Amino acid sequence: MPHRPHIQFLLNGTTTRLSQVGADDMLLDYLRDERRLTGSKEGCAEGDCGACTVLVGRLHQGVLRYETVNACIRLLASLDGCHVVTIEHLSGTDGRLHPVQQAMVDFHGSQCGFCTPGFVMSLYALWMKNAAPSEQQVETALQGNLCRCTGYEPIIRAALAMTRYGSASDDLLRVERASITASLQALQDGKRVVVENAGSQAILPADVDDLAQVLLETPDATIVAGATDVGLWVTKMLRSISPAVHVGHLEGLKQITTTDGDLTLGAGVTYSECEQALGDAFPHIPEFWDRIAGWQVRNMGTVGGNIANGSPIGDTPPLLIALGAEITLRHGKNSRTLPLEVFFIAYGKQDRAPGEFVHSIRIPRSGSETLNAAYKISKRRDEDISSVCAAFNVTLRDGKITAARIAFGGMAAIPKRAKASEAALIGQQFSAASLDAAAAALPQDFTPLSDWRAGADYRMKVSQNLFRRFYLEQSDSDQPVRLERA
Amino acid sequence: MKTDVTIRGGVHTDLQHDSAAKHVTGRATYTDDINEPKGLIHACLGVSDVAHGTLNAIDYTDVLAAPGVIGLITADDLTGSNDISPTGRGDEPVFPTETIQFHGQPLFAVVAESRMQARRAAELAKIDVTPLPHITDVSEAIAADYPMVTEPLKLQRGDVETALKSAPHRLQGSMRIGGQDHMYLEGQIAMAVPGEDDEMLLHCSTQHPSEAQHMVAHALGVPSNAVSVNVRRMGGGFGGKESQMNLFCVVAALAARKWGRAVKIRPDRDQDMTATGKRHDFVVDYDVSFDGDGRIHGFDGTYAARCGFSADLSGPVTDRALFHADNAYFYPHVRLVSKPMKTNTVSNTAFRGFGGPQGVIAAERVMEEIACVLGKDPLEVRKANFYSARGGDLTPYHQEVNDSILDRLVGELEDSSDYQARRKAVLDYNARGGIIRKGIALTPVKFGISFTATWFNQAGALIHIYNDGSIALNHGGTEMGQGLNTKIAQVVAEAFQVDFDRIKITKTTTEKVPNTSATAASSGTDLNGMAALNAAEQIKARLVKFACEHWNVAPDGVRFAANMVHAGAESIPFDSFIKQAYMARVQLSATGFYKTPKIHWDRAAGKGTPFYYFAYGASVSEVSIDTLTGEYQIERSDVLHDVGLSLNPALDLGQVEGAFIQGVGWLTTEELWWDEAGRLRTHAPSTYKIPLASDRPREFNVKLADWSQNRERTIKRSKAVGEPPFMLGISVFEALSMAVASVADYRECPRLDAPATPERVLMAVERLRAGGTGQGDTGQADG
Repeated sequence: MPHRPHIQFLLNGTTTRLSQVGADDMLLDYLRDERRLTGSKEGCAEGDCGACTVLVGRLHQGVLRYETVNACIRLLASLDGCHVVTIEHLSGTDGRLHPVQQAMVDFHGSQCGFCTPGFVMSLYALWMKNAAPSEQQVETALQGNLCRCTGYEPIIRAALAMTRYGSASDDLLRVERASITASLQALQDGKRVVVENAGSQAILPADVDDLAQVLLETPDATIVAGATDVGLWVTKMLRSISPAVHVGHLEGLKQITTTDGDLTLGAGVTYSECEQALGDAFPHIPEFWDRIAGWQVRNMGTVGGNIANGSPIGDTPPLLIALGAEITLRHGKNSRTLPLEVFFIAYGKQDRAPGEFVHSIRIPRSGSETLNAAYKISKRRDEDISSVCAAFNVTLRDGKITAARIAFGGMAAIPKRAKASEAALIGQQFSAASLDAAAAALPQDFTPLSDWRAGADYRMKVSQNLFRRFYLEQSDSDQPVRLERA
Repeated sequence: MKTDVTIRGGVHTDLQHDSAAKHVTGRATYTDDINEPKGLIHACLGVSDVAHGTLNAIDYTDVLAAPGVIGLITADDLTGSNDISPTGRGDEPVFPTETIQFHGQPLFAVVAESRMQARRAAELAKIDVTPLPHITDVSEAIAADYPMVTEPLKLQRGDVETALKSAPHRLQGSMRIGGQDHMYLEGQIAMAVPGEDDEMLLHCSTQHPSEAQHMVAHALGVPSNAVSVNVRRMGGGFGGKESQMNLFCVVAALAARKWGRAVKIRPDRDQDMTATGKRHDFVVDYDVSFDGDGRIHGFDGTYAARCGFSADLSGPVTDRALFHADNAYFYPHVRLVSKPMKTNTVSNTAFRGFGGPQGVIAAERVMEEIACVLGKDPLEVRKANFYSARGGDLTPYHQEVNDSILDRLVGELEDSSDYQARRKAVLDYNARGGIIRKGIALTPVKFGISFTATWFNQAGALIHIYNDGSIALNHGGTEMGQGLNTKIAQVVAEAFQVDFDRIKITKTTTEKVPNTSATAASSGTDLNGMAALNAAEQIKARLVKFACEHWNVAPDGVRFAANMVHAGAESIPFDSFIKQAYMARVQLSATGFYKTPKIHWDRAAGKGTPFYYFAYGASVSEVSIDTLTGEYQIERSDVLHDVGLSLNPALDLGQVEGAFIQGVGWLTTEELWWDEAGRLRTHAPSTYKIPLASDRPREFNVKLADWSQNRERTIKRSKAVGEPPFMLGISVFEALSMAVASVADYRECPRLDAPATPERVLMAVERLRAGGTGQGDTGQADG
């Protein structure tokens, strides 16, 4: 089958076809510079401020789903087959403000106004999901939006009131849902897409087998899933990622399979997409999951990408290592499976050959005698990178610890198990003294660094204290052991 | 002069920001959104990768060979003046020629067809430098005998030596206070468009168009009348665009002249944060004596600031730190000294509060520490030291405080927040000895209003009434989100008694109003509102005279009310009245002017009345901390703030709420961190953490003191609001400190440094548990 030499997508109300698209071209620049849609702003070009927030709609097994994304790090090529909705699409053709916009005006939700379009888009996405959200749901939806003027209070007031301004059922994207779905279906032709601009190339494989083939052909290609890290290579490090091979659109990498014994995530599953399944299987995960980045990044970033990029401060590897996860890598027609913890070899070095890609992540379920916990420590509560990430998976029999898997992020050059602490626990009673002894063993495994996120002393101290927290949370105490979110 | 029918959008009414609908639809135009002239090219700065060194040579071969590159702007292109020091000290080159002074210092600019091409090319210069030792830290700068960037200030009153020795108690301590990045959402940007002859037009994001105009004129070597600077709006300023845009305006203008094409320069966020100044970090050393009631007898303070490599605005910033070292408290004997230290860091600059917050927080630390020594509620100590509400008390700069409303304001807040009962509940909670500890604190603020550089306290405005009755309004202030344009249009609407919508608010431009001051020092409304009112009153006087003649009535028979003009028995709609005035050849345009009365300042003597009046406020915050991790959250904050008789309570409330959270950010999660090489490593929102929605107090009650009126004849008896509420965030910091202190039964002041990151909170908890620092009351008088 011949390749398709252009991408095609819906931009607001217009079907758009682009053939000159390079690997490094970003959606935000395209919107602002090429289309003069200047409502979306660049505040940081790294997916942290949300001023560029737009909606991207995509068909998932035939069902149209919209999600907020950061246009500043959203690679243009990845939008093939999508519906891009910008702030310009919100108000009616008669100039009437959208209910979310009117609420923001009435409650004085803007001051300088630069972040405002991004806030409106995040609130719009929330409103479509849940027109009458709680304050906490609003805060979660706005984790990826920074405002420096208002202190957020009036924005929250607007968000809590927006349901009074209109119903999502009257919204344009709802009313036109069938026709948009049909348009997007018409854009899908099952072909590999190869686009270029001035020698810079982006490839969208037709399916997973095609991906394996593409990577055999171009083993040194940059594999791009959500681009929440790779995007910064372009915007911040000014690197060219050509040829870029996109995987975020592949349905074959978006499978979530649950059995009695385990849960398997395709490598292309985003944080948002697996939130429900993970939460159902592991009650300790939802609270941790909300602390990963902001909403937009959770909508873009993938668990597979978080693993494959090998960062020592990724949030999911410690969690998954503690749970005993395995990953499957594929190379051509061959696959191999290995425990996640051995995938990380050294800083910046993972056990992945050229042309190989992370295919899936299998997480065994925990038995009823296993205690699980995952903690993230960061300077700011939300949308921050970990100073320390800790995950505990401790199995008890008759009060004695029979197995322990404890993993840390931010404490070494790779996400790593605390072997000495684990050893100190095995065979012991589950008691304060045992946990203290395990904490005391931590320096045998880790010599953390000082950097701008945290000092070495703090990293060690807080990691040791988390053993205490883990113990206290499992014991019956009438006093809170963590901050309670009202 | 109340009428039964009123106008829409007069003074003292809630009104939306005039651009609100444009903000929410994305139709508000910022500099980067302006349609670019054909042939526009892009500039990008090339910067140093050492913190200090002798610049030997720069090899541009690879830069010039890079795709899309058109050419360079270097120091050689600065035919006018290679200096953008806002105070004319000649210490801040656009591009240095001999010595590199900080990591990330701009050394040249490259101009290319696209922004990305310019950014990529800027990385390719080979910079030949002989490194020199560098210092980024204030204390190290003092220890190494680094110079000061500007003359220090000393304020003195009474006999501090005797007072320190003779009072019953004495304590000495030190506090490190971190700086703060502005993190305006819209970064620095300038677009220069060359005109005919020597003309240059700039669109940029600046709080100080007149300064940008003058800097560009100097750099180009042309008179100021050749340069026009336009600012429609900024995406936030907070002081970061008071002098910091000079660099970008000058570079854009030089390139525009060199190639005769429009040039845009928009640094990325990282370069914006590394190459432009921030709030000054301070180290404050204090030596204080007091009696058993906590009343201060003697206060001796040294305020050393990380100024960076040049003065910029560090002189007035460190001066203002001293002006606010007393906060709300009377120091009978006092000596305050500033040390504006040079460091090999970017030159620090204005930021909301302008040094004041650093002075205030040190005062609050001292109050807390005195309370700790005496075993009292810090609020009791604070109240014992308040300036008398009856007047008569002198500040360290010898200005009399005669407008204090703090007794009433704090009393009301104490009641409305149920402070006493909640403090008791917090103490009881902590007595249970759990992992989670709580703290509560009430802190006041008194903030002096006026530029301490007296000549800046002037403003101009321009009003045209067109003969259809529509009104165009310009003034010298700039709109950065604070709603200045809205408020000033309200003043004009009120003056003419017409609906707000009749007034067209346009961009700020040096072509309409010359020689303006920065929109800074919270003065925007005070100054420009009065200037606009002055212009309106001139036109009104002509209109009254016309009405008297035309309808043959006495002046007091002419009345403007609710979109009508009443002349005796006649009632004429405003627009037909204007039409008739035009036909009668009445001049319908006026420039207005205002200068603040009463103020004067003798810096050499350290005496004067630098402030026209004071604004007051107070806040109570309750926090919880996790003593295992140092994590915390703000459970509740209550604010009562004084804006005089508010021109627009809704906008003022927004300023108070926003300033509070920005102040909380400064003191909690916003940390500037330099590495050993002198590189700032927190230089984008990924590493520099300003508050998010979820960092807000779980309960937040903010009120304006609606009974307050400015005693001075300010615009409609209102008070400035931009900066004073920033310091309300200090209550959160003080509450955190109390929560930490609970682990050692409040016997020792935790001496938290700012920002109180979770790390600092946990390490303070650990320190106190381990037996503390052993510092505190040296108790010399009572042994």
